[in-house]
Amino acid sequence: MSTVLKSAGRGWREITGNRAFMPSLIVAGFVFSFAAAQFELLDPYVQLILMYVGINIILASSLNLINGYMGEFSVGHAGFMAVGAYTASILTVSVFPGGATFLLFPLAVLAGGLVSALVGLVVAVPSFKTRGDYLAIVTLAFNMIIKSLIENLEAVGGPRGFLGMEKLTTLPWVFFWTVLSVWIIRNLVYSNFGRGVLSIREDEIASDLMSVNTRHVKLIAFVVSSFFAGIAGALFAHLLQYINPRMFDILKSTDILIMVYLGGIGSIAGSIIGATIFTVLLEILRPMGLWRMVLMPLLLVILMIFRPRGIMGLREFRWFVPLHDFLAVRLWRRKKEAADASS
Amino acid sequence: MPLLESRNLTHYFDGLCAVSDFNLDVEPGEIVGIIGPNGAGKTTVFNLFTGVYRATGGSVLFDGSEIVGRTPSEITSLGIARTFQNIRLFKELSVLDNVRVAHYAQVRYNAIEALLQIGRYRAEEKRVTDRAMDLLAAFRLEDHAEEPAGNLPYGMQRRLEMARALATGPRLLLLDEPAAGMNPNEIVQLMDLIQWIRKSFGLTILLIEHQMRLVMGICERLKVLDFGATIAEGLPRDIQNHPKVLEAYLGEEVSP
Repeated sequence: MSTVLKSAGRGWREITGNRAFMPSLIVAGFVFSFAAAQFELLDPYVQLILMYVGINIILASSLNLINGYMGEFSVGHAGFMAVGAYTASILTVSVFPGGATFLLFPLAVLAGGLVSALVGLVVAVPSFKTRGDYLAIVTLAFNMIIKSLIENLEAVGGPRGFLGMEKLTTLPWVFFWTVLSVWIIRNLVYSNFGRGVLSIREDEIASDLMSVNTRHVKLIAFVVSSFFAGIAGALFAHLLQYINPRMFDILKSTDILIMVYLGGIGSIAGSIIGATIFTVLLEILRPMGLWRMVLMPLLLVILMIFRPRGIMGLREFRWFVPLHDFLAVRLWRRKKEAADASS
Repeated sequence: MPLLESRNLTHYFDGLCAVSDFNLDVEPGEIVGIIGPNGAGKTTVFNLFTGVYRATGGSVLFDGSEIVGRTPSEITSLGIARTFQNIRLFKELSVLDNVRVAHYAQVRYNAIEALLQIGRYRAEEKRVTDRAMDLLAAFRLEDHAEEPAGNLPYGMQRRLEMARALATGPRLLLLDEPAAGMNPNEIVQLMDLIQWIRKSFGLTILLIEHQMRLVMGICERLKVLDFGATIAEGLPRDIQNHPKVLEAYLGEEVSP
């Protein structure tokens, strides 16, 4: 029995360690999502939940960049989401020509991300000087400013909200944007800038003294994080086909925080797990009515007591680590042994 | 020309004078020691040299250019690296990543190349990883490359801190109490290590230390601080019997 398990384990490692494993998984996922939407392989309700899962993965992994990897405490992520949602919606409803919105939708989503990134640039500036609790208050204020700004903008409906969007968000699109954001955030983490981000979390002064340009690194982290929050907002708006400012208040930001800390800080796998569990659990618990709003925070409290870093906390599944980085030390050792042997 | 020239460097914390009129010329290749009782302002001098504090007055020229007013990362990129009195490693990061972080300014790819893993990204990552591993091997840490730095025993953490400082590619290395918490045997090893670093990396070294054995053993010149002021400077053997130094450390002699 144990030998069977062992060889199965070895086989599994061989499959997942293969260079083609992730790309083929992604292609298969995309084909499936396309087929599911096109030929109704999945119940529309299940499709809807899957799309929420995808959007929440984007939100959680982008917030994890700031809160988990960089160790700051941003509590205004929904503000960026709102910027993306409203930008993309205005584009598809009022700017783009009526018949072409279907084709121009990716552009609208991208624009939502870009405008949100621009706003992220502004929020990054206070982070140069402030840290911890004080930066948390800055992001909190930012979230409130965005919300009241939209509430007072009659052109986008004010507190009544904004509608008229077509249902352009489909399962393949959500899959595409989710994979793209996870991939780019992972690439950032496993780069020179990512190491800078991590070192800021560990010890900002030491990081600066080891030649890391901390301002530059913070700027990149905030811009990338808010870019993807904007993307998620744009997808969200075209899924619901109606948005209002109250959807993007502090409560929404708190939801994203719960996903991050549930799944685990400083981990891509954690963001995915956290977002998935949170979304699915909320749906399963729907019959409980209001009580689920009691149960979710309670779960979080229990988790924080027994596993304060979340499910994955600072750990990563191997297939989220770039292969070249995973093998780097081994390759160096092999080269060294060869050099030693020849000399 | 001296590698480092400090002219009337002065620093106040609010009203308290931490360093006053600190003058020092460090020639290339020298090992210079700064000693003095606790609270004499030695670490403050290092913090001024590395840009952690901005000096209230005076100037510091590194290789002829003014560094007062520059940020720590700029100064480090110019070629001044340091270690810390209380070890400040990135504890949760791997030993390898600690050294790779310190290559930050030497990596030649931009954010777009990093985000999309295109262009120079792969080649540069390989170059940096190989250099970091070579450096770890020089400090006999290569077998621990993938462990979290915080899990290393104390002596190795000290060595890793030096390796990390060297990874920034410095010309001047500032060591803040490198022998803190070491036994006499380890201090002898540390002296060899410092000599070896100077020779193989072609460095100039400025160090703060309390351990007289180490200071007398490897420093070519000493500077003694007390209450922020320089009270003596010169060759180690002259300093040893300098009346003002004895007074600062042991108190005034009582005349019979």
